[in-house]
This record gives sequence, C-alpha cells and structure tokens, in this order.
Amino acid sequence: MTELVNGKGLSLVPKTDVKQGLKDFKSDQEVRWCPGCGDYAILAAVQSFLPELGLKRENIVFVSGIGCSSRFPYYLNTYGFHSIHGRAPAIATGLAASRPDLSVWVITGDGDALSIGGNHLIHALRRNVNLNILLFNNRIYGLTKGQYSPTSEVGKITKSTPMGSLDKPFNPISLAIGAEASFVARTIDSDRKHLQSVLREATAHQGTSLVEIYQNCNIFNDNAFEQLKDPEIRDDITLRLEHGQPIVSSTKAAVRAANGSIEVVARDTVSADQILVHDAHNPDPSVAFALSRLDEPAFEHVPIGIFRQVSRPAYDVLMAEQLEEAVAQKGSADLSELLLGGDTWRIG
Amino acid sequence: MTKQVQQLDRVIIRFAGDSGDGMQLTGDRFTAGTAEFGNDLSTLPNFPAEIRAPAGTLPGVSSFQLHFADHDILTPGDAPNVLVAMNPAALKANLGDLPRGADIIANTDEFTKRNLQKVGYAANPLEDESLSEWRVHAVPLTSLTVKALEGFDLSKKDAERSKNMFALGLLSWLYHRPTEHTIRFLEQKFAKKPDIAKANIAAFQAGWNYGETTESFSVSYEVKPARLAPGVYRNISGNQALAYGLIAASVQSKLPLFLGSYPITPASDILHELSKHKRFGIRTFQAEDEIAGVGAALGAAFGGALGVTTTSGPGVALKAETVGLAVTTELPLIIVDVQRAGPSTGMPTKTEQTDLLMAMFGRNGESPVPIVAAATPSDCFNAAVEAARIAVKYRTPVMLLSDGYLANGSEPWRLPEVSDLPDISEEFTTTANGADGEFLPYKRDTETLARPWAIPGTAGLEHRIGGIEKADGTGNISYDPNNHDFMVRTRAAKIAGIDVPDLEVDDPDGDARVLVVGWGSTYGPIAAAVRRIRREGGKVAQTHLRHLNPLPANTGEVLKRYDKVLLPEINLGQLALLLRARYLVDVISYNRVRGLPFKAEELAGVIQDVIDND
Repeated sequence: MTELVNGKGLSLVPKTDVKQGLKDFKSDQEVRWCPGCGDYAILAAVQSFLPELGLKRENIVFVSGIGCSSRFPYYLNTYGFHSIHGRAPAIATGLAASRPDLSVWVITGDGDALSIGGNHLIHALRRNVNLNILLFNNRIYGLTKGQYSPTSEVGKITKSTPMGSLDKPFNPISLAIGAEASFVARTIDSDRKHLQSVLREATAHQGTSLVEIYQNCNIFNDNAFEQLKDPEIRDDITLRLEHGQPIVSSTKAAVRAANGSIEVVARDTVSADQILVHDAHNPDPSVAFALSRLDEPAFEHVPIGIFRQVSRPAYDVLMAEQLEEAVAQKGSADLSELLLGGDTWRIG
Repeated sequence: MTKQVQQLDRVIIRFAGDSGDGMQLTGDRFTAGTAEFGNDLSTLPNFPAEIRAPAGTLPGVSSFQLHFADHDILTPGDAPNVLVAMNPAALKANLGDLPRGADIIANTDEFTKRNLQKVGYAANPLEDESLSEWRVHAVPLTSLTVKALEGFDLSKKDAERSKNMFALGLLSWLYHRPTEHTIRFLEQKFAKKPDIAKANIAAFQAGWNYGETTESFSVSYEVKPARLAPGVYRNISGNQALAYGLIAASVQSKLPLFLGSYPITPASDILHELSKHKRFGIRTFQAEDEIAGVGAALGAAFGGALGVTTTSGPGVALKAETVGLAVTTELPLIIVDVQRAGPSTGMPTKTEQTDLLMAMFGRNGESPVPIVAAATPSDCFNAAVEAARIAVKYRTPVMLLSDGYLANGSEPWRLPEVSDLPDISEEFTTTANGADGEFLPYKRDTETLARPWAIPGTAGLEHRIGGIEKADGTGNISYDPNNHDFMVRTRAAKIAGIDVPDLEVDDPDGDARVLVVGWGSTYGPIAAAVRRIRREGGKVAQTHLRHLNPLPANTGEVLKRYDKVLLPEINLGQLALLLRARYLVDVISYNRVRGLPFKAEELAGVIQDVIDND
C-alpha cells in the first residue's frame, strides 16, 4: 500500500546545527505594507516558524510574483526572487526541479495566482513539484489600488466596477483540488497558531502544497473575513478540518446530504456517528471538493484546515530519477562520443 | 547492355509527393547515402504545416531538395535538375521551379482522372505535349512496387506504401549511390517488423534493378566525392547541431543544462533532441506555455543552471517580460529563436529573418540583450556555444537566432575536437565582497561589468533580487532618479562592452568596391552568389555578421571602406535599419519575404546590378 502522507518534503534540504531564532530570518529591509495590513501577521508567523525547521538558511528560497504580498521575500533573510506578475510558480518550478536541496516557497496573492498566473498555478499543482505556495487571499487588488479580484464576490463595487462586478469568483480550494493538487489547506492571517500548524504540514509534504491564507486588506477591502475573527460568531461558523476528527464547529456539523453531497446542520440535530469524519488522506478528491464548496456563497460555515493531503510522486524527484536511470542504462556522458554518434565518415 | 555513365560536378534533386508519401524519409535516406559516398551536400526540406492535408491536393505537397557535388557547396541549390513527382499535385506545385531540360520522373499510377481534376489539370500532362521541354520519365512506381512485393504477405495498401523506397532505389541507381547504407537503415528501423523491413528492402532493390534494365533510363550519372578538409564528418541539421551546441556549452561551462520549452514549429526538434540526453544531467521541462518555459529556465539559472528556452517568433513575443526580468536581475539565460514566417502564426514551416528587431528591442524599458545568429546548419553548434559563453561570462540573457531553413536543412559537418572547444566556465561567488563583510549582489566586475553570481545554498550570501530597480551595489529596491539613470547606463554599457571578434572581410584582391553584408542563414546563398560573380571576373567583397548586438567594433570602418554596401535580408530591411542608424552608411537593401531562402542566381543578379550601376 502506498503511504498516504509522505512527510519527505524537507528530506533533501540540509539541516543546521546552529540554533536559529526569529531574528535570523529578518532581513535588514524596512517593511513597507500599509499599517494594519494582514501581511504583517503572516510575515511574523513565517519568521517565527522557519527556525523550527532547522534548515540551513541559505537553502531556503522565497519566490514571489507581483502585488502587495509579493514584497514578502525582501523581508526574509533567505535567498529571494521577486519576479513578475503571475509567473512565480513557473520560476519556482525551474528552481525546485533543478535544485532538490532547496526549500522553495512561492508567495502570491489572489490576483497574481488566480488571474494573470492562473495557468501556472494549476500546472504547478498538477505537476507536483516540491513547492510551498502561500496564496494570500484578500479578495481585492491592493497594489493597483482597489479593483475587484478573481476572488471578489459578485456585485463588488470598486473603482473599475462602479455598478458591481459581474464575474463569478474562483474558490481557490476548489480550483486546487480540481487541478489534482496533493496538498490543499486554508488558514487565516490572524490565527498564528493555526497558520503555523498548517505550514508545518505543508513543509513536510513532498510535492506542491497550496495554502490559502485569508488576509485582511484594511485599505481596500477591510473586514472581508471579519466573521471568522469575531469572537461572538467565529467558533460557530468555523468548521475545523482535522484528519480523523469529526467536522464540526461549536454548533454545527457536516453530514452526508441526501443528494450525496455534504451539508451542514445544527450539531444537536444529529447523532455523533452521523457526523462526517475528516479524511484528508483519501485518494479520491470528491469529498474534499465537496467540503470546499461549503462556504459558498457567504461565510455561513467555513472549513478551515487541511482539505487534502495525499502522497503522490513529486515531479522533481521523478525528474532526478530519470537522469540517474539514463546514466545507469547508457553510462555517463561523453561529449566526443555524442558528436561521433550516428553515421560518420573520414576524409583525408 | 552496358549503359552510358556521364560525369557531373553537381546535381540538384527534388523529391516531391503527398504528405503521406514519405518524401522526407526518402530525401533523408538519399542524403545519408550521398554523405557516405563523400559528396558535399546541402538539403532543403519543404513541408506543409498541416500534418495531413487532403491527399492529392496542392496544399498537401511535401518536398525535399538535395544538392550534392564533387566540390564544396553552400546552398541546397536554386533549381532542380531532377524532379521526382509522386502525383499530379507534386508535379504542378514544383514545375515552376524546374528549368527547361530537367528530368521529371513521374509516378504514372497516380495520374488518374480524379487526381488530375483535384489539382485542375484538364488533361494528363504526361500524355499531351505540355511537358515537351522537359525530359519526362513516366514510371508506374506504385504498380511496379506492388508487383515486386507479390511474394510478400502484405495487403495491397501496405505494399503500395513502399513506393517511396522503389523511387529511392531508382534514384540511387541513377546517381550511383551506395545501397548498403539504406538496407542497413531499413533493417534497423523495422527491426521489430522483419516482414516490413524485407518488403521495403525488396522495393528498394526493385527500383535499383528497374533503372538498370529499363530503357526509360539510358544514362546514369556519377558525381565524384568532394575534396573537403580532412577530418571526421557527419551530416547534421541545424536543430540537431544547435542541441549539440547547447550540450557542449553545458559541458564546457560545467553547468547543468535546464531547458524550459513549449513545443513550437520549427524549434521543437531541439527539445526532442535534448530530451534524449539526460545522462548529461540535462533537465528538459515541457512547460504549460511559452512564458512558463522561459520562467522555469530563469528560475533554474538563479539556482546555478545553464538556463535555456527554445522557441520561435510567437514564443519570443510571449517571453518578452521574463527576458526583461533576466536583463535586470542579470542572470545567464539563452533564448533560442528559430525564426519562421510571421506576423502572428504566419507560415510556421517557412523561413524568415523577421525577428531581428524583436530580439533587439522587443521588451519594455531600456533592456539590451546580446544577439548571436547562426550562419549554416552546422554553424548552429558554434553559435550555441558562443551564446552560452556570453550569457555566463556577462550574466545576461542572450538571443540566439536560427531559422526554419537552418533548422531543417542539413550539411556535412566536420566534427570539432572536444579538446579544442573553449572553456566557458565561470566561478560562482562564494565569499562576501563588501567592505564590512556584507554581500553586494550588484557590485560589478570592473572589467566585464558582470555582477556576482551567488547561488542559493551559499552560506552568508543570502540576498534578494527582482524586477524592481535596484540600488547600485546593494541591490536593494531603489527609486532614486540618479541611481536609475546610472543603472540603465551601466546595463547598456555591459552589453556594449561584450568582447566580440572583429568582422572579417572576404575580399581576395582587396580591390572590390561593393561589399555584400549578410547575417544568419543568408550566408550560403550570398557566398554562392559571390563565387559566381568572381567566376565571371567580377569584384565583390563579402562579410557576415555573427554578432548582431553588440556589433563588432570594426563594423563601421568596414562598411565605410566600400563605395557600396549591399544587404540582402529575408525581411523588409531590419539589419539595414540598424546599420544606417548606427553608422550613417547608405546601405542598399535587397529584401524578399517569401518564406524561402534566397537563390544564389537571384543574389548574383542583384550583386551584378549593384556593381554595374557603380
């Protein structure tokens, strides 16, 4: 039987004996997001999480695209590449595929990953290169000053949509599961403990991990995720996804619907054995996909956690194996032999 | 009866048939036999973009032209001496290129009423007087093949399929080609289907015997081997030579090759070739699109690989933004553009030189990129090594220009000694370079202006790069006006200062007054035309640009040395625009954009006109 969770995501990245702390991962650059931006919380969470991995700092690379979130690499004292709009997954793929000894992270936003870079995102996910993709979803364009994004709700009034946006938003989790992603999770900027627990699993995962992080843009889309932060209702609407545990909030529970899908009902109306137990390791993605649809269209009940975590061969590992196999089959390379291959003839 | 043997110094054969008739294979095989025999040769495949256009129609015609000689030749030849026409469409599509008196070998079995109607022949041209100015050999190739294969357990359709081998056998007899090679090839190709191998060999031999016995051919021809420079040779196409050049560049730079590519005609064969050579540590990545192809190559370059992307014009257009990122992050990258006819999709299988200005200027901002162009199919090898040398030494993206004609054309290649190839390796930076022990990713080499290349995994040199303007030295984000002006000028100076060899001029007596300048694949036709002029006693000088950016330091001086400068290009005057702007020289352009290489005779006429109007 194939292992369900491989845990080998960092197996090829060299470790350090030196004890690291948060300050080791802070660069000398002044952080320049708007005061109150959710990005600060995510940066702090990542900086304080990285020491836990015990990796050589020089073997960590953050690659980003364009947008507010994509300034992230400048603030980490690792290798970093702030690239161009939407292309970070492609650039990171080339890096990770050729350097299995690196821990490669992609920092992107809802516009960067799902609009201009949508194609690269879905192909990175299906290809399963060993990458950690952190998708900061604030449901708005921040850096270009407030146009609606591909995750904005229909009817969003913005500078470019004074009468409301017309296009249906992407659900990043549904999209990722549809693209055969092997690791898909959702967390939230304000919950550092949960965010770090998801990062822990994402980095351990060998292959592409997609982590959607609900992130508040207090300038252009303030309080977009307020329900999930409001102490009055957050425990009521947050469905915690933990492998092997029933999918419940304080008052609600996920159960099989009569139509075969999943529905959320009041917890006290069902018996314990009717409540759906989360199986993130299920090779069949259909239940994970059904879970991803639960928060549509509004925040009535929002699954938070790891939707899907299955073991599938990583592209970079397979690529390296083919190189080894080629040497095993044909011997190591010799340029003269290559040039002299085929039909040759001698003159003089 | 012993047949007459006539000596020729050179022959041009064109095999033409339906896309499904195997003309490219037939041409390849005849080429291999010719190469083995020791002639110099040059080939020009010409095929439709459609994989299978409707059978028997003009758009479905596929052809392969081969020029071979007892002396050193430079082009696949202007006009065929022999046309093998497998059907009426092949005859109709190619007759216009055929000089009077040339031989036509036509497969009469295909000249049916229906096939004639398909291409608009009211009457059978083999039976009326319309071909009286050519020497027509009407041969029922299909039925002869079927007859020859009667003893084999094959359907009629399968037997008919071997008619191209029958034609190859006949032509091999006609021009005294060795047969062992083709027989060996067929045995290998159909090793798993020995019956098919035997049938094809039988068809091939039947074709040979037909030539020997039939009265339709009274003369056969002999073209003696050429006296080429001593060495070991193989026949090679431009795409294969370019792939081998990239492999050599990887070995000579001691950098693992990473190819990010998206399939596109006529560049795909480079991807195919490189994907076969994984034991060289080559990673070939078939990306989801052109942008991802170059993006992955650049990401690999950041990690210390020799990053390469291969494409054609439409792909270069898509990659432009990433090339700009490579310009500003100053990472080595090779962008191979196998040019094809544009604009837009254009004519994917036809050749052009119309991407020069895109290579030069096709990015936002001041983003100079060195440009190297290959001159002949085998020269694609050298051009690739040179492009890599520049990319690695100067930490810059480099445009390597080939085109459809070079990509698919082939010629004998005298193999270089590996020990003679240049060492193009550069050291990664492993130590801090700042006064206070810090690392400055934009502190430059004072001579080359290249920045240090410190790759992830190097302790103590952690740094961030990106597309935003960087402060000189530290590489930190900077919006300072003077810094930007300085960085723009420094990036330009770095490219302008690349060491490229001086332009060499071929002017045997030193007294020519007209100079012909070329770049890229026009080398062969221009050199052949120049020979013609000189053979007639004319005086003309020739020079050819391998480096289009920066141009060799003596370019202006060379151009000004001559009364007239003629520049043939398969575009509307792109290099001419650059030379006029840069050197204020009144370059005379000759431009044809027909999707085909120039003909030597055509260019000889143009050169003669320029000389005469002196």
